[in-house]
Amino acid sequence: MAMTLAEKICAHAAGQAQVTSGEIVTARVDLAMIHDSGGPRRVKPMLEELGVGVWDPSKVVLISDHYVPAVDAESAAILDLTRKWAAANDIDNFHDMQGICHVVLPERGHLRPGMFVAGGDSHSTTGGAFGCFMIGIGATEMAGVLASGEIWARVPPTIRLEWNGMLGLGVVAKDMMLAMCGRLGMAMGNYKAIEFCGSTVDGLSMTERMVMSNMAAELGGKVGLIAPDQTTVDHITAAGGDAGEWQQWVSDPDAEVEAHHVFDADGLAPHVAAPHSPENSAPVTETERARIDQAYIGACTGAKLSDLHMAAEVLRGRKVAKGVRLLIAPASTRVTATAAADGTLAILGEAGGIVMPSGCGACAGYGAGVLAEGEVCISSTARNFKGRMGHAESQVYLASPYTVAAAAVTGEITDPREFLMEQAA
Amino acid sequence: MSGLTRQGYAWVFGGGIDTDVLAPGVYMKGSIEEMAKHCLEAVDPTFAPNVAPGDVVVGGDAFGMGSSREQAVMVLNVLQVGAVIARSFARIFYRNAMNLALPALICPEADTIQAGDQLVVDPGAGTVTNTTQDRTLACDPIPPHLMAMIEDGGLLPHLKKRLHSEAA
Ligand code: SF4
Repeated sequence: MAMTLAEKICAHAAGQAQVTSGEIVTARVDLAMIHDSGGPRRVKPMLEELGVGVWDPSKVVLISDHYVPAVDAESAAILDLTRKWAAANDIDNFHDMQGICHVVLPERGHLRPGMFVAGGDSHSTTGGAFGCFMIGIGATEMAGVLASGEIWARVPPTIRLEWNGMLGLGVVAKDMMLAMCGRLGMAMGNYKAIEFCGSTVDGLSMTERMVMSNMAAELGGKVGLIAPDQTTVDHITAAGGDAGEWQQWVSDPDAEVEAHHVFDADGLAPHVAAPHSPENSAPVTETERARIDQAYIGACTGAKLSDLHMAAEVLRGRKVAKGVRLLIAPASTRVTATAAADGTLAILGEAGGIVMPSGCGACAGYGAGVLAEGEVCISSTARNFKGRMGHAESQVYLASPYTVAAAAVTGEITDPREFLMEQAA
Repeated sequence: MSGLTRQGYAWVFGGGIDTDVLAPGVYMKGSIEEMAKHCLEAVDPTFAPNVAPGDVVVGGDAFGMGSSREQAVMVLNVLQVGAVIARSFARIFYRNAMNLALPALICPEADTIQAGDQLVVDPGAGTVTNTTQDRTLACDPIPPHLMAMIEDGGLLPHLKKRLHSEAA
């Protein structure tokens, strides 16, 4: 019987030849990813209570990113506990202060197409860009995974989101995602596997595909899969990983899907999501030119090397508007190093941007760069829920790094193509 | 009525309730008790100071969307919320609720409940009785393997029982 990619990975993890969507299976986990916020500080007492250790330390990746670097005694204590737990449990794959988990995981070659991965974070859908069935779970559930190496899962039906055509100048994966959040809504993919496909998706780089899978979480998806191809394999190989028998991890052409939406990339405008939801999105051309206080290039969603390059394209030779602050928190230390070497950081710095440590930072209000009452921010992150980036009465707009950088220059929400066209001309 | 039946007043929030308003990130480093004081304050500052044990939180679609943070469930447990009823739940929130033994009921007719209505929630039977409006609303039944886990007090006690019976 024909199966979707999601079904194939679930069947493999459950040790079955066949599964159908809706079926509840017990899956063996190939990898478990945890971070400093939902990880050791939460699971340590639970594992102690159960009286068991980690089922297989070689299959656990621990990343400190939410509270780095420590800013007070509480965050220092959380990180201290994280480090001690890693040592006590023989977690060799502990990436301490090296960047945000969803970016560091593939950067260090941990992902292989066809894996069933449990991630202790809701944006774990990002692993789908590498053909992994990677789901987000809470801390208690993670304690269960760490104790047993297993998790129950309902095999999800698949919703296929197909994009064809060419993206225009200044239009990127983030705009595709914001456009879909606006059109389909944030509950569309609840309990479903989302699979992105089509010629536009095929043409995206891995870092851009990661934006798609990352924000599958904003469409409510359980996973955000993209079938592996040569682009995937090259990326994994360059990261020192092993793509394995990647050719098998595709949906059968005649596999049944629950819904199939087709979108056209030609003519898509840059999109902006207004406060307080990613689904409040509209073309920038139809968005009020709201004044901003802060522009933020950060997070697993929007601070990879390609994102910094986009910001630099707009900011080269320009200055951040008076009264506006531009904060840039590169997604990993490797991104920072590469962006320093290729001159990107110099462009951002000369424009007046402030380069910050690699970590979650202001994205979820945990770290530096949070907002005061009444402040307005435009951000390359994935979520703009009320109060997420600081005060409950602050406002966050979401956009691509191009659009964030353009707003930093003018001090208000701006179509980045105004700047990019000048350059092209 | 099963042993898990809860009774209380309805706090009605409608749609768009995400994990950032349930468990604001700025309080994440502190104690769960402290965070609970700020639960839902961005949408209703009167909720946390006034909610009584057994009261029921009523939401719309995709209740609890957003982060995987379990604190979004823990704060409701700290406030002794009896149950959450919604037209639908975000996947991770739903699993977290079950794992922490907070009954979460999917109720297509959740919008008929008015703020302050008195409710009797029976998770085992999958029913919500609105005594104020004198009507009973049907909910999707909680699958038996999850009901067993809730009855044990959540995933950890449930796993503990399993690990011990395997050892025995
Ligand atoms: S950067 Fe933001 S969205 Fe990404 S893992 Fe950190 S808190 Fe979550």
